[in-house]
Order: sequence, then C-alpha cells, then structure tokens
Amino acid sequence: MNDRFIVGLVVANHHGVLNRIAGLYGKRGYNIDSLAVGETEDPRFSRMTIVSTGNRNIRTQVVKQLNKLHDVVRAELLDAPDTISVEHLLIKLKTQETGNAEVVSLINRYGGKILDLGEHFIIADVTGSTQHIHAFITQCIPFGILELCRSGSLALSGGTEKILSAHQKNKFN
Amino acid sequence: MNCSGAQILVEELIKHGVKTVFGYPGGAVLDIYDELYRNAHRIEHIISAHEQGAAHAADGYARVTGKPGVVIATSGPGATNLVTGIANAYLDSIPMVAITGNVAVSLLGRDSFQEVDIIGITQPIVKHSYIVRKVEELEFVLSEAFWLASTGRKGPVLVDIPKSVQKELCEYPGSRRHSSPPSSQVSDLDLTEALKFIANSKRPYIYCGGGVLAAEAEEEIVSLSQRLSAPVGLSMMGLTAIPASYPLNLGMSGMHGKYAASMAQSKADLILAVGVRFSDRATGNVAEYTKNCTVIHIDIDEAEIGKNITSVVELCGDAKAILQKLLEKLPLARQEEWLETVAAYRKKDECREKELYFTPGNILRYIANAVPPETVVATDVGQHQMWTMQHYRFERTRTLLTSGGLGAMGFGLGASIGGCVGNEKNPTLLFTGDGSFGMNLNELATAVSQQLPILIVLFNNGVLGMVRQWQYMFYEERYSSTTLGRKTDFVQLAKAFGADGKTIHSMDELKQAFSQGFPSDGPFLLDCRIDGNERVYPMIPPGGSVKDMMMQQGGEAHE
Repeated sequence: MNDRFIVGLVVANHHGVLNRIAGLYGKRGYNIDSLAVGETEDPRFSRMTIVSTGNRNIRTQVVKQLNKLHDVVRAELLDAPDTISVEHLLIKLKTQETGNAEVVSLINRYGGKILDLGEHFIIADVTGSTQHIHAFITQCIPFGILELCRSGSLALSGGTEKILSAHQKNKFN
Repeated sequence: MNCSGAQILVEELIKHGVKTVFGYPGGAVLDIYDELYRNAHRIEHIISAHEQGAAHAADGYARVTGKPGVVIATSGPGATNLVTGIANAYLDSIPMVAITGNVAVSLLGRDSFQEVDIIGITQPIVKHSYIVRKVEELEFVLSEAFWLASTGRKGPVLVDIPKSVQKELCEYPGSRRHSSPPSSQVSDLDLTEALKFIANSKRPYIYCGGGVLAAEAEEEIVSLSQRLSAPVGLSMMGLTAIPASYPLNLGMSGMHGKYAASMAQSKADLILAVGVRFSDRATGNVAEYTKNCTVIHIDIDEAEIGKNITSVVELCGDAKAILQKLLEKLPLARQEEWLETVAAYRKKDECREKELYFTPGNILRYIANAVPPETVVATDVGQHQMWTMQHYRFERTRTLLTSGGLGAMGFGLGASIGGCVGNEKNPTLLFTGDGSFGMNLNELATAVSQQLPILIVLFNNGVLGMVRQWQYMFYEERYSSTTLGRKTDFVQLAKAFGADGKTIHSMDELKQAFSQGFPSDGPFLLDCRIDGNERVYPMIPPGGSVKDMMMQQGGEAHE
C-alpha cells in the first residue's frame, strides 16, 4: 500500500485522449489501479485521477511522461499529506427474510445512503477513503454481495497552492 | 476564399516551407494527389517504390535539412507501411509530418475497404497525432502539427485525413501561425550548482548526443571542451556534432564505441551530458557507468533527466542557451594530467591495419578521404553501420543519416534518397550490408528515376554479420539463419533497375573505381566482397562495462 500514488490530470476532452494516457501507462509498464474521469466546469477539458503503484522513480517518470502528451494540460503528483481523496461505491446486497436491520445499521455506520430497496436486495451508496470502502465491503461479504461498482479514487490537493484547473495558463490558451 | 481540404493541405505544406514531399498515391489520397498535380510547379512530390522507403526518405531529408520531412500515404496498407519509418523518426527525435488518407468519415469504424485505425496503430510511436473529421479543423491541425514536430524535443506527428474531408470545402484564411511559448528557463541556482561541480572536477568529460544537433549547439560544445580541457565522447546520434579532426574528439562511446571514449568516460570524475538519453547501448551496466563520477544532465526533455541515469544537477531546456550561460561564467582550466591520460587512451585507437588489406576499416578510411567532407552519408544497420561510426571520419555536422534508436535494417537506401534530395542532389554515400540492402532495395527504382547520384557501398559478406557476431560470442557459434547462401548478383541487380555497378575484391579495385568516377545522374553500386568472419571491435558486451571491453577476437582491454 506504501507505493500507491495518485496523479491528478487536466486533459483535453476529446476522443482518443483516454487511449493515449492508458497507452502511456501500458507502454512503460506502469500499472493502473484505478482511473476516474469526468468533464470539468469547462467542457473542453476533463479531469482525471489515476491511482497506481510504484517507487519514487516510477512516480516522477509517470508525471513527466504524462506532461509530455500534447493532450495533457497538466499532470501533478498528488502526494502531499493533506491531499483529499475519496472513492464512491455502489453496492447491491442480498436482503434476509428475517429483516434488514443489520444491513441497514452497517450502512449507517459507514455513512452510506440507501438508494433502492427491493424484495430481495438493497442498493447502497457509500463514499469515503479507499480504506473506508475496503472495510465496508469486507463487512458486507457475510450478507451476500450481488454486485458492486466502484468509481476509483477522486483526489484534490489540499489548500490553494497546487491548483489543477482548466483555467490555468496552459498550452491551449 | 473557399478551399477543399486537399487544397488547404497543399497550401499549408507550402506555407510551412515544404519544397519536397515523399509518398505514394492511392484511393484515399486521390484528392491530395490531384492537388499536388496542379501545384507541381510549387511543390515537388517524389514517389517511392514502397511507403516505407518514402518515410525513410522524409526522415533522411529532415536529418539533412533540420526541417520536418513530409510523407504522404494512402489509407490501410499505405498507412501501415509507414509504421517502421515513423517509429524510426520517433526514437531518433526526427521532425516528421506524416499525412495519411483514410476512408470517408461516414465509412469510418465499419472495417471499410483499406481502412485501418492508423491513429491507434501509431499511438506509442508519435509525438502526437490527429484524425481530422471536419475540414474546418484542418488548417489549425496542420499548423499545430508542424509546430509540434519541430519544437521542443522533435518527433513525428501524424495527420489522418479522411477522403470526405479532402473533398469538403470551407473558408480558408491561411493566416494561422503557431508560435512557440518561451522555453523554460534554467534557474540561476541550478547553474551555480553546475558551475561548482565543474570547478571541482579534475577529469571532466563531455558526452553529447543528437540533442546537440537539434539545438545547433555544436560550437558551444567545442568551446566548453577547450575551456575545461574536457575530451568529448559522442553517442551515435551525436557523431557529427563536432569534427573528427578536433583533437579532443574521442569518437563514439558505448557498445561498439572507441576505446578512448569508453575509457575516458569510465575514468572521468564528472560527465557533462548534453542532449543524450543514456540508452542501454550507450551505457552498458548503468551502475558501473556512473560509479566513479557525477553527472550534469542537460536536455530539453524533462522526462529524459533521471530516466536512466541519476544526475547531480538537472538542467532542462535548450542546450545552446544553457551552454552559453555556462560559458559566460566558466574560467579556463588546464588539466594537463587528464589530457595526457586521454592522449594515451587515444593511442590505442590508432589504426594498425596494413593499408593494402581489403577490410571494412580500410575501405571506409579510403572513401572518407576520397570524397568531399560535406558529403552526406547514410547507413543501414548492422556491422557495416558500426564500422562506419568507427572508421569514417565525419567533419561536418548533419552529414550522417543512421537509424540509431530503432536500428531498422532497410533504413539506408530510403534515407540516402531523402538526404540526397535535401542536399540539393549532391553526390551522396550509402554504406549498407547485403542483409539490410536486401530489405528495401526496391528503392533503387526511385534513385534511378530521380537521377540521384548515390554511391552505394555494399559490404557484402554473405551473412547477417552482426547477429552472427553475437552467435559467435554468446551462442557457441550456432549460426542459426545467418548464413544467407543467396546467389544475388548485386551488379546485375543494379543494372536491372537501370543503374550500374562494379564488384570489388581489393583495395586496388576500389581505388580504380574511384579514379574512374561515378555517374552524376544516377546511383552506382560497389559490391564489396568482404570476409564473412570480420567482426566489430571494440565491443562491450550487453550489460557490461568498460572492464569487459573486448578489443580483438578473444582479447580484452588492458590499461
């Protein structure tokens, strides 16, 4: 877990960009543990959060190589202790004929929300650190997980020093 | 003014100073070729025998002129045939703009006739690439493509233009120009740090590569070398950066580098590395390589700094500007002891071959003296390539066209065509081997039809010499598939293509051929029958260090 690192990127929002970025990780042999991407407030740009594993050399190489891609506005290693990182989980659990109190209490303990409740299932939504999500999933196993879906980590730097925004002065302006 | 996509392309090429393009027509580029036909008086198109040859020609053209080489190919097989040429330009940081046609936008993604996803295929080997889906984007894309190819760390850019986009019309202002943002400035702190390490060095060594040519920092390297009493070792890509006759030029270092270059590198206490990327062929064992020294690394590509070698000072930016700043503050330092040591190393590289032997070294030394120093020299890949690096003395910058990073056999003939065209069709040399030449010799047709005075010196030993050398050294002489046993008559072959040639068995025959001269309006082939057991020495085995250097068959280097 120690070698895990997060890269935040602002990239051009057009087809093929994800390919180039995933291709770069693949070509250089860096593993992607999770990848999350979404449009920014400016639809010309997307923001990505990529989590991977590797030593210091690999981290700096990844960021330098990413910054060389023309479609990457800016890539930054988000390694400061005050980095805010959360993950989002949707999970569908089996419900028991004997009642759902236990499941509901577990979801509540992890700060989750119940999004849907059927005759044989319950869908919950939990947000938190990767460890938080991990712990929650482990607790869910005895209830019977039907399926789950994780967003991958989303991360922002803490403070206002290392702002990654589409409106920074960049090579597209 | 309303223009078609094809018109915009041709206008943009002309606007970016392109006088010659290389390529091969086909269904998906018919509109482009129609426009080239109409503009034949403004822009020259040279048709190759195969798209790979055209790509290598564009590469050779770029190496000679320093400007982006342009190659055009049709969709599908035309585009895939460019792949080796694009990869070659990518690994050697050569500016290139590759234009491919594609099927009409409405047919994209349907596995249409001659459709391939060339953007996907070439993604890991381009600096950037575009597929233009709207004609309105074309002007912007092309001017950005030229800008990207030729600024920063140079490289190939691919522009894929569907047939429908070539036909569509749009308003074409023709006024868009990309300008470079100011290159990043090195901090004074880093410069001071570098100066401190330089001042403390007793045995400085300059290692320069292709980045010196790209930055046109050749003069600065010589000044630096003189100022510091620092010998200069060169990577293959940097071989023409300084004249062979410069007394502190030790020649190429690395696996088949000169003894002096490798020894001086290993004994240096400081390496000033300029525009190099420390490839495995250049360093051997990385830990051994920097065991006794610190490294100051100057490169325009931040990602190269610290990639293969750890340096104490990292100076990222334009090599010429950085070197000028360093030179402003560097005092003259005479390191007599170091210079004597280096001079002693150099003695080991002195030629001991009898001049009458018909050996690769003698052939190369003879030819280097027989042609003007500004002659452009292309090579293929293998033993003959290493012999050329070792024995041909390059005096002028940008006179060597060789496949460095990719090591692509078959590069030479296409590159020599591009180099010859880029050098105003002056006499050009190609050193090749029978293996490499066999790969793309179809381009003889191009050299003949373009009336290019290319002298092809074929080191014909009937074997794949470099692979065979490794089999000799590391595979107990099991010569798997390297004894060719072909019956190709290369002189007859040249004649069949409409050129001419001679078979050469001795130095006397070689000298006689030179005294008779070569045609000025077409290629000529010298089929030099050399011994199949000739090997390339020195050699530092892969992953080894200077301690493992082999000087002759079975021998080892001794101080």
